[in-house]
Amino acid sequence: MITINEEMCQGCGLCVEICPRKILALDESKINDRGHTPIVMTDENACTGCSLCAVMCPDCVIEIE
Amino acid sequence: MEQKLMKGNEAIAEAAIRAGLKFYAGYPITPQTELPEYLAKHMEKSGGTFIQAESEISAINMVYGAAGAGIRAMTSSSSPGISLKQEGISYIVGSELPCVIVNVMRTGPGLGGIHPSQSDYFQAVKGGGHGDYKMLVLAPNSVQEMYDFTIDAFDIADKYRNPVMILADGILGQMMEAVNLYTPATEKFDKSWATTGTYKKRKHNIINSLYIKPEESETLNKRLQAKYKIMAQNEQRVEIINPDADIMLVAFGIVARVAKQVLDDAKSQNLSVGLIRPLTVWPFPSKAFKTAAKAYLTIELNSGQMVEDVRLEVNGRAPVHFLGKMGGKVLTVDDIMAKLKQIAGA
Amino acid sequence: MPLKFKKPDSLTDIAMHYCPGCTHGIIHRLVANAIDTLGIEGKTVGIASVGCSVFAYNYFTCDMQQASHGRAPAVATGVKRSLPDRIVFTYQGDGDLAAIGTAEIVHAAARGENITVIFVNNAIYGMTGGQMAPTTLNGQVTLTSPYGRRQQEGHPVRMSEMLSTLDGARYIERVSVHNPAHIIKAGKSIIKAFEMQLRGEGFSMIEVLSTCPTNLKMSPVKALKWVENNMIPFYPLGIIKDGSVKV
Repeated sequence: MITINEEMCQGCGLCVEICPRKILALDESKINDRGHTPIVMTDENACTGCSLCAVMCPDCVIEIE
Repeated sequence: MEQKLMKGNEAIAEAAIRAGLKFYAGYPITPQTELPEYLAKHMEKSGGTFIQAESEISAINMVYGAAGAGIRAMTSSSSPGISLKQEGISYIVGSELPCVIVNVMRTGPGLGGIHPSQSDYFQAVKGGGHGDYKMLVLAPNSVQEMYDFTIDAFDIADKYRNPVMILADGILGQMMEAVNLYTPATEKFDKSWATTGTYKKRKHNIINSLYIKPEESETLNKRLQAKYKIMAQNEQRVEIINPDADIMLVAFGIVARVAKQVLDDAKSQNLSVGLIRPLTVWPFPSKAFKTAAKAYLTIELNSGQMVEDVRLEVNGRAPVHFLGKMGGKVLTVDDIMAKLKQIAGA
Repeated sequence: MPLKFKKPDSLTDIAMHYCPGCTHGIIHRLVANAIDTLGIEGKTVGIASVGCSVFAYNYFTCDMQQASHGRAPAVATGVKRSLPDRIVFTYQGDGDLAAIGTAEIVHAAARGENITVIFVNNAIYGMTGGQMAPTTLNGQVTLTSPYGRRQQEGHPVRMSEMLSTLDGARYIERVSVHNPAHIIKAGKSIIKAFEMQLRGEGFSMIEVLSTCPTNLKMSPVKALKWVENNMIPFYPLGIIKDGSVKV
């Protein structure tokens, strides 16, 4: 179960690239208060909780239970 | 009271230890090297740290760290070395850290020479490093005062969270005189701002001089200027002899010693001469210049630096003359008498 | 259920000013995680340097000092010698540590100061906008090496190897944060460096190969590839010196 802190996200895309299931994407429909396009989880059921996205994230946007 | 024959440099070192100095970093340079040598030998015994740094720059920045950690810290050097420390001094002022900096002046510019000089006056009292700032600058004229002023310097630094400079010269550093040694009562100063570890009991302390938002930079500068105003009001120190004299000599440090001898000679030749000796060259002792003197003669071991401050204080009420010597030799009684006669005769 | 991955407690909630994809954020997290893991937040004092990481003092919850350019190891020396039971680290970029502050890092290592140095090498000046760094690669184009770095601009300096020749340096390792496996490894090395300081073992430095996508003029993903393909061959990863006491 991952939690995305959208407001802290800078949309750098490193997590999108690293996710082995390819279930993270930039949500082009949104712009957060920092002016960035935040990431979104496209298929929660497919997430294995491997944490690679969180390890890669420079902005501590992702928490994993 | 314990009395000891000491060099001026050693007197500063001994006084600093007794004032609670716990961290010293410096770099060897003539004519102040006895100071670090003395501390190298004696500081460890008093539980302090002595470091011979790789450079003047590193030394002043080590002092920044130690002062930020809340302990009494000092560095010392001579003119070229003090130039190297200027960036660090500016950071220390900007971060509002207390410390003591000793400049045993030699001649300049450049490598200059190793003989005594007062040509770092401007550097000491007008800033020296970048930015708008002031240091309190004490100007001793005897080995005893090297001792006394050092003891005071640590308290003043802690009181205002601002560096204090001891502005001495090659003669004061090298000459030996009897010194009354004493240990001051330790005053307690609030150092809750220091980076001693939060122990998770408070928000983190930050020692910093970066204020990137113009409004915050303005706030810091206003706070510093308000502090300097209070320092200028409270900390002016001056010795005045014959305040009602016709001609007032103005001199600090070693030259004031010569000036005192001049007073006796002048009296025997029926010249009315007094002396204003700033003990703090910043803040400059304005109050001393409310005299009815017909003329002032500023004497310095430079091309005329303090004389500018004297002219500001006198503000055209009387002529302000200047007699200087550069290169490392000291003005003699005869030099000064000749100039006095010239002024008196004019 | 306990969190499997969360932001370290030793990082504040302030949003970092780093550009999108800049790996400073990752390295900050690794340092904070080491502080959390060892439970030393309360007695740690960090020294921020000048460069992009100048604002590091805002991001760590421990006490912090901000040092003038290059002088963080001198400032750290002042703190550590004054308060020997505190844990002191510096966080410095390549311009700070390997150019203007070369003397300070060399002599802190020579004295064997019991501090931990985090050296972030991204081969470029970030804060000032993309000038040549002491670690800029041969041939690399920057704003001040517009024809590519040549002999006359000076060859890149391998600080870790250089410092490893000093007797005072106890532990020096070069790591990278270009992928999760290396990030995890880098985190372990940083923990080890702090542990050594806790045991009073002396000077340690972790050099972290890092990216500056903005000034490398690459996407964050491409910048990581650039580290892997261009930096690592010149700056080989691994332990360069390890004099730690085996525990």
